[in-house]
Amino acid sequence: MTLLKTLAPYDFPSSDAVENYAGRQLLYINWERHRMFSRPFVLALAPETLFGEIIDTHMTDCFSYHPDWAQIDWRAVRWLNGSRPVVLDRNKSLADNGIGHKDLIRLITPGLDGIAGSGY
Amino acid sequence: MTSNAFIAFQKNEETRCIVEAIVDDNPAAVVVDQPAMVKVDVPGRLVIKRATVEEKMGRDFDLQELQLHLITISGHLDESDDEFTLSWEA
Amino acid sequence: MDMKVSKKLGLKERYTMMTRDLAWDTTFQPMDKVFPQVGYEGIKIHDWNAWEDPFRLTMDAYWKYQAEKERKLYAILDAFNQNNGHLSVTDARYINVLKLFLGSTPPLELMAARGFSMVARQMVGAGPRVACMMQSVDEYRHFQTQIHSISNYNRFYNGLDEFAHQQSRMWYLSDGKSFFDDAITAGPFEFMVAIGFAFEYVLTNILFVPFISGAAYNGDMAAMTVGFSAQSDEARHMTLGLECIKFMLEQDPDNLPIVQRWIDKWTWRGTRKLASVGMMMDYMLPKRIMSFKEAWEIYFEQNGTALFTDLARYGVKVPKCFDQTIEEKEHITHQSWIGFYMKPDATPFHTWMPQPEELDWLSEKYPNTFDTYYRPVYEHWIAQEKAGKRFNNKTQPMNCQVCVSTIKFNEPGDPMEMCFRETVYKGEKFHFCSDHCREIFEDEPEKYVQTFISSHAALQGKCEPEGTDVNAHDYRPGARMHAYWRMDKRASGDFNGSEDQKNFAKWRAQATQN
Repeated sequence: MTLLKTLAPYDFPSSDAVENYAGRQLLYINWERHRMFSRPFVLALAPETLFGEIIDTHMTDCFSYHPDWAQIDWRAVRWLNGSRPVVLDRNKSLADNGIGHKDLIRLITPGLDGIAGSGY
Repeated sequence: MTSNAFIAFQKNEETRCIVEAIVDDNPAAVVVDQPAMVKVDVPGRLVIKRATVEEKMGRDFDLQELQLHLITISGHLDESDDEFTLSWEA
Repeated sequence: MDMKVSKKLGLKERYTMMTRDLAWDTTFQPMDKVFPQVGYEGIKIHDWNAWEDPFRLTMDAYWKYQAEKERKLYAILDAFNQNNGHLSVTDARYINVLKLFLGSTPPLELMAARGFSMVARQMVGAGPRVACMMQSVDEYRHFQTQIHSISNYNRFYNGLDEFAHQQSRMWYLSDGKSFFDDAITAGPFEFMVAIGFAFEYVLTNILFVPFISGAAYNGDMAAMTVGFSAQSDEARHMTLGLECIKFMLEQDPDNLPIVQRWIDKWTWRGTRKLASVGMMMDYMLPKRIMSFKEAWEIYFEQNGTALFTDLARYGVKVPKCFDQTIEEKEHITHQSWIGFYMKPDATPFHTWMPQPEELDWLSEKYPNTFDTYYRPVYEHWIAQEKAGKRFNNKTQPMNCQVCVSTIKFNEPGDPMEMCFRETVYKGEKFHFCSDHCREIFEDEPEKYVQTFISSHAALQGKCEPEGTDVNAHDYRPGARMHAYWRMDKRASGDFNGSEDQKNFAKWRAQATQN
């Protein structure tokens, strides 16, 4: 239950409701144990976007700076949506993969723990 | 363990006298010098007495002049014409 | 001995006449209609006269001492400028700490001035009204002197001139702006806990004491005098915050749970804000007095323990976040510097990798964490930079919905894992950097759904420079953020190779030879 107290009616819309993105939705991407990138990055994409396109363009553009990127065994990777393990198909769209507005997709690459195993 | 009350001043000629007065009136005072500032810690209760500061400066002193040099304090404050006190109860 | 005859009243009498005797209760309108804000937060006050400013400062004395402070300050600033004081700082990297400090703080001082003048109007008792009015004037003075201070450097160095434009637009300034926006849109008592108590009493010591002393240590007389002149008011501000806490707790036992929630909330919000201050101490001062960790131990852990041990008699507990901040003191400054270093195009100040002896200093000051987690990535980046591949992360950040920091902190207990928290409110997902921020959101979701996150606003097409055609076929939202931010290209990028670096070296050479 809210603890908000006000002197007058108080009802304001969310700044980041999906309606504000002209048919697109927000998606956050993080690569676990590779904290060199400091924080996840955000994209606004149509729900029809193929998941594979996100890996091949956006993730590769950002993450290939890390020497571990070239070492990834893509058959062994796992994914989380928030804290929930999910199976993602690179040939399906965001919508068909069950990825909604403001979901956080986390890439886990077993055996790769960053520079000198530091998590960075 | 008694908590420290403390006060810090900008380092200058006036505060040199004020710190000397604090050391005289608070036997447990520990003076910590840092670049451009000086901090004084006293367990429990720190008092600045106008009369002692006046003696060190050789002139009249109004305790509110401390305002000019203060950097920070720790403790409950009580200020009168004659004493400026910082203290922790516990 | 001659008796010293004084016609003047004593301090206590003057203060009483100035406050109690000058105040009155309204009769044409009921008091609760004239002062509606003091009731709605749920704080119960029975006797406003119980509030006393222990400094017992009256207006005449206030003007006298403040005028004296200003005369001293400007005398020093004049001397600084007449002596080309900017060339006496340790090295030109130091200027960047000023850009960050002076580029972010003045607008926050202005918000504090506004907040305290509002609270001065809203409070019923003459004691708090006078003290809040003085604090409002103080904050306005800080705002002005800091802007004057900008002009002393702006004529020589890049990146300081658009701080006012950038305040409500720039990604890394959003956390401070959000802090003050949150406080000023709360009621008067919460504002007092937020700014007067949590920020002034518990946290500003970190900003103004070791950091400004650090400015002095680095030869910057101007920043030192501006900082210390502001800090000379802070002792009064801290006292006001602490008095407000005691006043609420003494007035009614029902106030305790409300006050405790505010202490928990605002201590955490302030702690998050200070991550970048800690980074300035550990990474941006070429000569350092103490590490952020050491400052945190003295000014937060020891001083905070003294404070909360004392307040325990009212039933107040140490802020909920206390233990987490102790764990995080070993990490947050490094995590912040990594976050800034990797965005060389997105700040109007320069960043750099620490020099070898600076890496060693960090190892010594952070023996539990630095060599394990942070040194390897720095050494990797140093090698990359030598190979011409200086890191530049071009992506846009994810931010916490409450503190608006980028989500860059580790899971408590595991420095290799990121900490993520989320919740769903009215069908929409919201993300947080920590349990504490999530709890703040869940207590008042109606407020925090409105948070401004610059990367999101950009992706909505709200961050476009003037003249952008949003109907053009190749229009991409957020693609022209640098123009929107009014970023001076000369001010961004790595310090090595910057115009500031070259100019400083040239001017310093001119100052020491014919």
